[in-house]
Amino acid sequence: MELEAAQAMGKLIGAGIACIGMGGAGVGVGVIFGNYLAGALRNPAAAASQFGNLIFGFAVTEALGIFSLVIAFLLLYAV
Amino acid sequence: MAESANPIEPIHQFQITDIFKIGTFGGDGTAGSGVNIAFTNSALFMVLTVGVIGLLLIWGTARRAIVPGRVQLLGEMLFEFIANMVRNTAGHDAMKFFPLVFSLFMFILVANMFGMFPYFFTVTSHLIVTVMMAMIVFLTVVIYGFWKNGLKFLKLFVPSGIPLPVLFIVVPIEIISFLSRPLSHSLRLFGNILAGHIVLKVFGGMVVALLGAGAWGLVAILPFGMAIALTGLEFLVAGLQAFVFAVLTCVYLHDAMHPGH
Repeated sequence: MELEAAQAMGKLIGAGIACIGMGGAGVGVGVIFGNYLAGALRNPAAAASQFGNLIFGFAVTEALGIFSLVIAFLLLYAV
Repeated sequence: MAESANPIEPIHQFQITDIFKIGTFGGDGTAGSGVNIAFTNSALFMVLTVGVIGLLLIWGTARRAIVPGRVQLLGEMLFEFIANMVRNTAGHDAMKFFPLVFSLFMFILVANMFGMFPYFFTVTSHLIVTVMMAMIVFLTVVIYGFWKNGLKFLKLFVPSGIPLPVLFIVVPIEIISFLSRPLSHSLRLFGNILAGHIVLKVFGGMVVALLGAGAWGLVAILPFGMAIALTGLEFLVAGLQAFVFAVLTCVYLHDAMHPGH
């Protein structure tokens, strides 16, 4: 019984720790959009042509945050 | 989660239920063995998604007026949007893959938008669906890459202008990053939609819980407002993730056609 309680507790703590990883993705996405905005204000004419690159960088960065989210869900519901 | 009868439980919405059974294949006759083949709510919403896309585009292209009507304009806008994206990201010679990219984009977009209706099932919130779509793209890239470039396709793993000793580190990294593409490609869509819908239900559950708490019910306006704002965000995410999936498909297809750099 105590072992089960410890397991349940470990799951919740592990899921919480896994969510810390999303902070890094948040920083990364902020850097990408911030730098895009800074560049777009300096040269608005070139901004539209770089929209695809913006979305690509955003997607690649965001995937890492999603990975940590998936680990959290795996710990909560699949372990 | 066996005890998921509680409607506030946020995972309950992803339950796959049988609408009508077709039969059980294989197995040794005991309960729970074999493969249960059934028409599920997931299959129903996939059929609905394809039906809506088909109706929209057939309706839009039926008249083919020079001055387009509203539905024709919508169809033309979607077509132009994806066609421009394919040309800019993957190059003009990638237009032969336009049907693939457009189908994936439309399916994900409409499936995500369907998921925003209350009590509707979100097809893309299941990993098996997104993995299948990512594997279609991945296998297309691998097969077309080898078919078009032969063994030169392997130059994808050897970036040019790098000294030989560094290649021993870079090539394994490139191979791992290439092989993990279907993983990240599918998990991105799945994770975004799953997380978004869970968050919506968590805030909805807060409203219900606070309304049942007497005088604290007045505070329920806060999570209610949050749920409204998040619904708007989820519409953005639904469109954005469909676009991101299509953009990444184009980037990978570009690699298949021009592996040299």
